[in-house]
Amino acid sequence: MGGLMQVVFDALSLGSLYALGALGIALIFGVMRLVNFAHGDVIAFSVFALLWPSLDAVAIIFAGNLPWFLLIPFTLAVGAGLSVLSEVVVFRRFRHANPATMMIASFALGFVIRYFLLMLFSSRPKSISLLPGLSQPVELLGARIPLLQLITIIVTIGVLIGLTAFLRRTRFGLEMRAAAENFTMARMLGVRANRVIMGAFALSGALAAAIALILGSQTGTANIMMGASVMLMAFIATVIGGMGSLVGAVIAGFALGAIATVMQVVLPPDARPFRDAFVYGAVILVLIFRPQGLLAARGTKERV
Amino acid sequence: MARPSILRSTIATPLILSALLVAFALLAWFAGSRPFNQTVIDIFLQVILVVGLYTFVGNSGIISFGHIAFACLGGYVAAWTTIRPMMKENAMPGLPNWLMQMEIPFWAAALAGGGFAAFWALVFGAVLMRLSGIAASIATFAMLALVNSIYSNWDSVTAATSSVVGIPIIRTVWPYLIAAILAVFIAWLFSISRYGLALRAARDEPTAAAASGVNIPRMRLIAFVISGAVMGAGGALYAHSIGLVTPDTFFLGLTFTTLSMLVVGGMGSLSGAVLGVLILSSLIQGLRWLEAGVQVGTSTFALPGGVQEIALGAVMILILMFRPAGIMGNRELTGWRARREKPGEPETN
Repeated sequence: MGGLMQVVFDALSLGSLYALGALGIALIFGVMRLVNFAHGDVIAFSVFALLWPSLDAVAIIFAGNLPWFLLIPFTLAVGAGLSVLSEVVVFRRFRHANPATMMIASFALGFVIRYFLLMLFSSRPKSISLLPGLSQPVELLGARIPLLQLITIIVTIGVLIGLTAFLRRTRFGLEMRAAAENFTMARMLGVRANRVIMGAFALSGALAAAIALILGSQTGTANIMMGASVMLMAFIATVIGGMGSLVGAVIAGFALGAIATVMQVVLPPDARPFRDAFVYGAVILVLIFRPQGLLAARGTKERV
Repeated sequence: MARPSILRSTIATPLILSALLVAFALLAWFAGSRPFNQTVIDIFLQVILVVGLYTFVGNSGIISFGHIAFACLGGYVAAWTTIRPMMKENAMPGLPNWLMQMEIPFWAAALAGGGFAAFWALVFGAVLMRLSGIAASIATFAMLALVNSIYSNWDSVTAATSSVVGIPIIRTVWPYLIAAILAVFIAWLFSISRYGLALRAARDEPTAAAASGVNIPRMRLIAFVISGAVMGAGGALYAHSIGLVTPDTFFLGLTFTTLSMLVVGGMGSLSGAVLGVLILSSLIQGLRWLEAGVQVGTSTFALPGGVQEIALGAVMILILMFRPAGIMGNRELTGWRARREKPGEPETN
């Protein structure tokens, strides 16, 4: 029983990371058909914002020494700020470009952010201790899990409920959903395009920063490549979930987390290093049978 | 007026591009300096990779982030087939015996690398080409990650993340020049073949093309396999130019450089692919030179590491902003004669 619950918690916490990532990507895709390849680098940037620039292997903690009730808002603000900045400086000029062009531009922007970090911090991973109180284990339903894992799951569920309420109950959320459905029509009915898009970018950046906090405290290292693997899984989750469908993205994120965790347990030890390869393989199999994703969003099919 | 055949009316493009490449090779030969020689070899390798990528992206209109995976497959084929058997036993003990004893010349390794990559392009493409647009692009990214993850972990066959050394190094420019010219001609022949034309039609008007009987996934698959083969051969030659391979040689960094060269030059144009390589390689070389440090008076002026990639990214974004079709757009370099009698162009009065 305890062993099983352990697997369930592992799956949920890994799935939470993927779901948060997928949500950040799907939000932006929904309003402006942009596949944001820079998302992973926003995650890395948010962690490095807590450090003082130096090329040494030892990290000089700067904002990371703040108490948690200041640290968390600070990081979220950094993520949201960078995301909005990338919209204002870069993506605004691509409003009328086709999705493929925007996608390459975001890929380039991601590289610019990553190498900016490399310039300031070098490419060596640095060890940091972020929110160290969270690594102590707690007993729950017969399983011993780190407190952080529990918090990750709770935070994700909280974010999902909050976001749903925001999108369904507030005027801004309504405007955002309308824009995702049919952008031109929404504008004609008085939705302010810039406001909605900047809102989506800010939310997406804050979600990236939340992932950054979780990853930073989980692994205890800051690495300029740290966002890449989460981002890739998040992309796959958005494709499986049907591009632009928020619900689909979240479900697919949790499903990927579950598959990866189960494979970790089920696979023979020799094959465990190939866990991710098996997950990608499984994804390709899903796409054979449902090329449009599991829950295809309305309006994404190419119209004639 | 009788319309000239498509072969004759477009042959000027590959000829001009080849002449350009030959000029670079002669320059390297006359200069005779070792570093410059290596730079020109790098440029030719990049031409092979970018032209290989163009063969798929340019004709199908689908951005692929995964083609460097084929270069990775090809690079490791070169390692498996050309390293001395003695050294292979230490580094990669898991190879089957027939492969362990194999020691073939580099050009045969390049062909084998191309064939191996083409096979896997067929397998992956059969699935991926059913997707369209952005979903297909992300799936190619997953393919890159899949190949990288396997090659970084399969210890007994790829030595995991450590470098595989001992690949015979080829230092003369000529084999690379010939391979680059071959890549240009393959890309040109494909784009004027019936498959290439059908695929371009499907890129511009998918509905009309499908209604005219073009089997779009099949045409895409053909392009995917051909470009995979070119990338595989390019990867094998890349391994021979530096003498070692690691999985991370063929990952995001190379994907970014290759893609940025294609985008800057113009995704829909073969001339754009080649010119993009020549222009951005010069820029990269200049920045590398500055990163290494320049003597100004008594002090040394050096840019911090990473500026090269940042500049490359910035150039790419600016080009996309102001000239999304790249420097060449959809045009090709043609001789003056061909330009005057372009087939299919409406007459302007």
